[in-house]
Amino acid sequence: MPAHPGGHHLYNGSSGTFLPVKEGNEAMATVTFDNATRQYPGNPVPSVDKLNIEIADGEFLVLVGPSGCGKSTSLRMLAGLEEVNGGRILIGDRDVTNLSPKDRDVAMVFQNYALYPHMTVADNMGFALKIAGVDKAEIRKRVEEAAKILDLTPYLDRKPKALSGGQRQRVAMGRAIVRSPQVFLMDEPLSNLDAKLRVQTRTQIASLQRRLGVTTVYVTHDQVEAMTMGDRVAVLKDGILQQCDSPRRMYDHPANVFVAGFIGSPAMNLMEVPVTDGGVDLHGHTVPVAREDLTGVGKNVTLGVRPEDLELSSDQSGIPVTVDVVEELGADAYIYGSTEQKLLEATGENAGAVPFIARVDGRRPPEKGDKIFLKPKSGHVHVFNAESGLRVGD
Amino acid sequence: MTLEITTARPESALLDLPWSTPLEEWPETYLAALPRGISRHVVRFVKLGPRVLAVKEIKDDIADREYAMLRNLRRLDVPSVEPFGVVHGRATADGEPLDACLITRHLQFSLPYRALYSQNLRPHTAVRLMDALALLLVRLHLEGFWWGDVSLSNTLFRRDAGAFAAYLVDAETGELHTRLSDGQREHDLDIARINIAGELMDLAAGGFLEEQADPFEVSASIIERYHTLWGTLTGTERFESGDRWRVEERIRRLNELGFDVDELSITTDIGGTEIVITPKVVDAGHHSRRLLRLTGLDVGENQARRLLNDLDAYAAATDRQGEDEEIVAHDWLARIYEPVTRAVPRELTGRLEPAEIFHEVLEHRWYMSERAGHDTPIEDALRDYVATVLPAKPEEKAVLGVDTEEMPVISRFD
Ligand SMILES: Nc1ncnc2c1ncn2[C@@H]1O[C@H](COP(=O)(O)OP(=O)(O)OP(=O)(O)O)[C@@H](O)[C@H]1O
Ligand SMILES: Nc1ncnc2c1ncn2[C@@H]1O[C@H](COP(=O)(O)OP(=O)(O)O)[C@@H](O)[C@H]1O
Ligand SMILES: [Mg+2]
Ligand SMILES: [Mg+2]
Repeated sequence: MPAHPGGHHLYNGSSGTFLPVKEGNEAMATVTFDNATRQYPGNPVPSVDKLNIEIADGEFLVLVGPSGCGKSTSLRMLAGLEEVNGGRILIGDRDVTNLSPKDRDVAMVFQNYALYPHMTVADNMGFALKIAGVDKAEIRKRVEEAAKILDLTPYLDRKPKALSGGQRQRVAMGRAIVRSPQVFLMDEPLSNLDAKLRVQTRTQIASLQRRLGVTTVYVTHDQVEAMTMGDRVAVLKDGILQQCDSPRRMYDHPANVFVAGFIGSPAMNLMEVPVTDGGVDLHGHTVPVAREDLTGVGKNVTLGVRPEDLELSSDQSGIPVTVDVVEELGADAYIYGSTEQKLLEATGENAGAVPFIARVDGRRPPEKGDKIFLKPKSGHVHVFNAESGLRVGD
Repeated sequence: MTLEITTARPESALLDLPWSTPLEEWPETYLAALPRGISRHVVRFVKLGPRVLAVKEIKDDIADREYAMLRNLRRLDVPSVEPFGVVHGRATADGEPLDACLITRHLQFSLPYRALYSQNLRPHTAVRLMDALALLLVRLHLEGFWWGDVSLSNTLFRRDAGAFAAYLVDAETGELHTRLSDGQREHDLDIARINIAGELMDLAAGGFLEEQADPFEVSASIIERYHTLWGTLTGTERFESGDRWRVEERIRRLNELGFDVDELSITTDIGGTEIVITPKVVDAGHHSRRLLRLTGLDVGENQARRLLNDLDAYAAATDRQGEDEEIVAHDWLARIYEPVTRAVPRELTGRLEPAEIFHEVLEHRWYMSERAGHDTPIEDALRDYVATVLPAKPEEKAVLGVDTEEMPVISRFD
């Protein structure tokens, strides 16, 4: 077996890749993508293009983006399942770019687990340690620790048959945990669960990860899942990293139009508006933007406002919206409507009716068919360069 | 909700199955009591006219994916179960939606490893299973298929002239690529090793594992078997240009392993002193294809090898080696093979496949001859085999006398 400061290497059964067995304290398990690139033979463009992310020890990083954006490929490059055509991948200070999967100390978890009927719960959790030659007392110790975290202590000496479905699932998680990998990798682990169990398991995984403190990279196409689980979220599009930030920062400061539209539910309203003196013009209402930020942006910019950052205006100024649907949610109500995109000086074209969403006070919501006027709350607009899509100002 | 059945073989009887009941609660009248491997989903065998189908209750999108994947595997001609259909839009009488069902045809005469282990075993069964599984994995990898959940439970075994032939049964996690990277192949091997160790340890805990088999050693041995086979099938060889016979030799070696060489790259250096050969396209089924062409018999690779040897022996014994192969084969089929397989009493035909019975009769003749110290005619061997050996064998075509309790199906979430 290859030598590594972590000790033995282990492989985590039908659940995925390779698990190290830790002996005592480990080196820092940071993960670094350094210009990592993967281009499949025959594809004209890379599926992952010069990816740069530094993941801290113990961090929960979520890779998110639409289908085909390169999330899985990135994860598999880290696991050693895809060749890296350019750049490097580091775990701690170790360059693992050319290491085989089992020499990387990473574990793909929570995918497929079948439990063995003749073995006790404890044996089901610990057998892979046995294969790695870990001694009995140490196995028992780790199994007991994991059982405690997973609330399985009373069941350790039972056979899986005697467990409920949820308990069996936790035994399966225990199998990965007892082996204390340096990095957990999870590729849409919840995709085959139904909606209810999905939400429940999501919380379970996130809190488990925090208690264990194991560096984790998690792939999902669901931005809500990404935003609720990750310490940081990395948004990918067409193989290119768009932004990597904490959920809060990502939400408040999307780096470009794509991230602005992708993150958040319901989505941010985006519209093209003319630049005026001291800001941008929104239907005769000037939204202030610092002059230095607007130098060189051109005649128009893309303005973004989240549905919750709007207020009804009483004086018929602001964005005129025709209400199509009102969704009442108690304290709040969501308005789904449309607004006429104004004639833009630059093109002289009329973009016609564009969808518009706003959150308003749930006690006195407008009605279907009403025409209302909305203004962004001050300081809550996002401005993007109309051509490059990049954020303008802070 | 409307029930939606996708199948390549529309069969109205499918509509009569109780789709509005969770699979776990299907009445016994529909079911065939067959042993199965460990699994997370509920799997049941169902009688439908003359056939037995395997039904697996599984999430809708995964059912479609697995169905499509199994169809791809069949197209690529790798041994796997045959997809039959997918059923969507299931709901209970109260309108509660139910998961989809993936339907495959039950693989006749196949044995899940746990059923094998509840029979009286010949020695080294575990090792022979590893041979079969290593070969299956190599064949899948040659086609660019990454399995992702290699295990004994996800494999079915058929007897193949004293050895076993392995078939893929669970394609849920599989991915088809143009070519697999070394990392992907290694990954599958490691999955195999850990899963198999777990499965064998479980057998040992239940007191089923043969004593000389060590779960660790047996499971680790698949890696070496795989690498040896992979090397022979894909490795590059260099030799002096005088040693051209080595090209023929390589092809013969691959044939012996049961592979045809469809494409071989041969290059020489500029001076022409060194020759480099690499098999580019190899195709399993060397013997079975040849037997099929000569006799129309569709049997396992080892069985085919055995039958072809007997055919050669027949040609030699009847002094017809120079004759047209197909005519000799035709006569061998009519005079030797068919009389043997037809002599099996009807009530014993479900014990073993005909070709396996033929193989066993040949083996039996060998033992009898050895004991007698002279050649035994095949008629005598056949009579003795049918009277003394075959009746003691379990029924393997469909219904095995195995307690399926020992093979509980563990559903993932209750
Ligand atoms: N077509 C078939 N012919 C014979 N046996 C079958 C067939 N399909 C399924 N089985 C049996 O049912 C068992 C379970 O099937 P399968 O492996 O597809 O289920 P699963 O729930 O996806 O398993 P896993 O937990 O490995 O994901 C197999 O081990 C095999 O013994
Ligand atoms: N094996 C492969 N061969 C060729 N192209 C591939 C392969 N796997 C993925 N790709 C390409 O790489 C892109 C990214 O794929 P993937 O990483 O699976 O995306 P995601 O996980 O974000 O859905 C896809 O658009 C696809 O075209
Ligand atoms: Mg299975
Ligand atoms: Mg499966």
